[in-house]
Amino acid sequence: MRSACAGRRMGFEFAMKGEAVMENKNNQTGKQRAIEEYSKLVERLAPKSDMAQGLWRAFITGGAICVLGQIITDFFAYGLKWGMQSAATATSICLIFLSALLTGLGVYDRIGKYAGAGSIVPITGFANSVVAPAMEFRREGLVMGVGAKMFTLAGPVLVYGIGSSILVGLICFFWG
Amino acid sequence: MDVSKRIGRQTVALPSKPGILSWASVAGQKEKEGPYGSKFDIIIPDELNGEQSFEAAERAMLEQAVKLSAQKAGRSTQELQMLLSGDLLNQIISAGFAARNLGIPFYGLYGACSTMSESLSLGGMLADGGFADTLACATCSHFCTAERQYRAPLELGNQRTPTAQWTVTGAGAVLVCGGPAAKGAQAVLTHTTCGRVIDLGITDQNNMGAAMAPAAADTIAVHLRDMGRSFDDYDLVATGDLGHLGKDLLIELLKKKGISVQEKKLFDCGCEIFDARQDTHAGGSGCGCAASMLCAHLLPEVSSGRLKRILFMATGALLSPTTTMQGESVPGVAHAVVIEHVEG
Repeated sequence: MRSACAGRRMGFEFAMKGEAVMENKNNQTGKQRAIEEYSKLVERLAPKSDMAQGLWRAFITGGAICVLGQIITDFFAYGLKWGMQSAATATSICLIFLSALLTGLGVYDRIGKYAGAGSIVPITGFANSVVAPAMEFRREGLVMGVGAKMFTLAGPVLVYGIGSSILVGLICFFWG
Repeated sequence: MDVSKRIGRQTVALPSKPGILSWASVAGQKEKEGPYGSKFDIIIPDELNGEQSFEAAERAMLEQAVKLSAQKAGRSTQELQMLLSGDLLNQIISAGFAARNLGIPFYGLYGACSTMSESLSLGGMLADGGFADTLACATCSHFCTAERQYRAPLELGNQRTPTAQWTVTGAGAVLVCGGPAAKGAQAVLTHTTCGRVIDLGITDQNNMGAAMAPAAADTIAVHLRDMGRSFDDYDLVATGDLGHLGKDLLIELLKKKGISVQEKKLFDCGCEIFDARQDTHAGGSGCGCAASMLCAHLLPEVSSGRLKRILFMATGALLSPTTTMQGESVPGVAHAVVIEHVEG
């Protein structure tokens, strides 16, 4: 008798649970629908980036940085006759110095605001992404501030850049 | 329990009508250049505000606001029985550290950018309940501290998206008084609606307006239903920092809920604090946005009687850099308070 009762009770509980699951599922789909509808509404009303303007500015500024790099290279390679390899190294050093200087003077972020990827992709952008956090976290001290935070932005580039170069190096070594 | 103070699902009446005795606003240089620049009580000279770090500058603004609001009411800070305050920074350090210096008994709140109306709601209830007769509700935010906590270093050369908002450098403090202490107040708190946390799946941390608009719409809808009121009953419905996109979304969401929206009565502090010329994209944001605009513009308007009754509702996005990086969506919350003009 007791077991039958318990069985009935359990059956009832199962039914309750089943209903709860169903209701939960309905709620879930309702919620999903609300999220989808809202995302469409946001998509419709949100202002869009001006792609043409963005591309043009990135092209002009990125191009200008490359032209500057070329002028520096030519100066070292042909003016001072250092040879191509030394000239290329010197060019990188000059561009990184300029970028760090402009970041320190508070100019590079304005260039970046105008140019977008045009000033992020060249080596100057990389220098900016190291100097900016170094400046920002100076107040947290030289070790855990500057030291620890300096590569928060550039770190991923280093990790995956070095990582993939090792991979390519191994492929070249065994199958090259 | 005295249940008569509860109205509907989420609204509470404050029958003794706690008074707003005084208020003070502090703002930065960019805010000074905006359309309401001349209305702020104190403009800080630069981003550091005479301090060693941006964080110290932010809490100094909060202190300045609390001190000035007490001074305006002819009180010393020692006479304030409670400080209800919070801010955006991790562990609400601006509020905690400012309270350390002010020496006022302190309840720390976190409601992100909704803190101003959250503190006013709680302050109103404490004063109405007779648990405090003079207390300060205050909050602050700073562009430079918010940028470094939530986004990128200041000197990083990146572009902001069209939906991004500009964290307001500013603070606001409001003195809420109950009983005889409220004598002479020309603005009173009459009702508060506690908002639910709503999340409609926005994962873009550069689109706070879209993340908060559903919470704002929910709180307005619940408030109007609880009170049996409509937009007709208010001179202004002021939201905190939805920005241009958030405000448009709020209007759409309210219409969907079947509420007849009077768009002219919707005033978003984030849309108003800067003008288009200042290139802030979707508008202002941050705890200090709603707080400084409330104290610089809205409260003087109510107190003078130009606005008879407003619904003030600051909106908050309850995210952290950790949840963003883990791909979570951004929950929003909005608390509303009704502020009315009375003849003092």
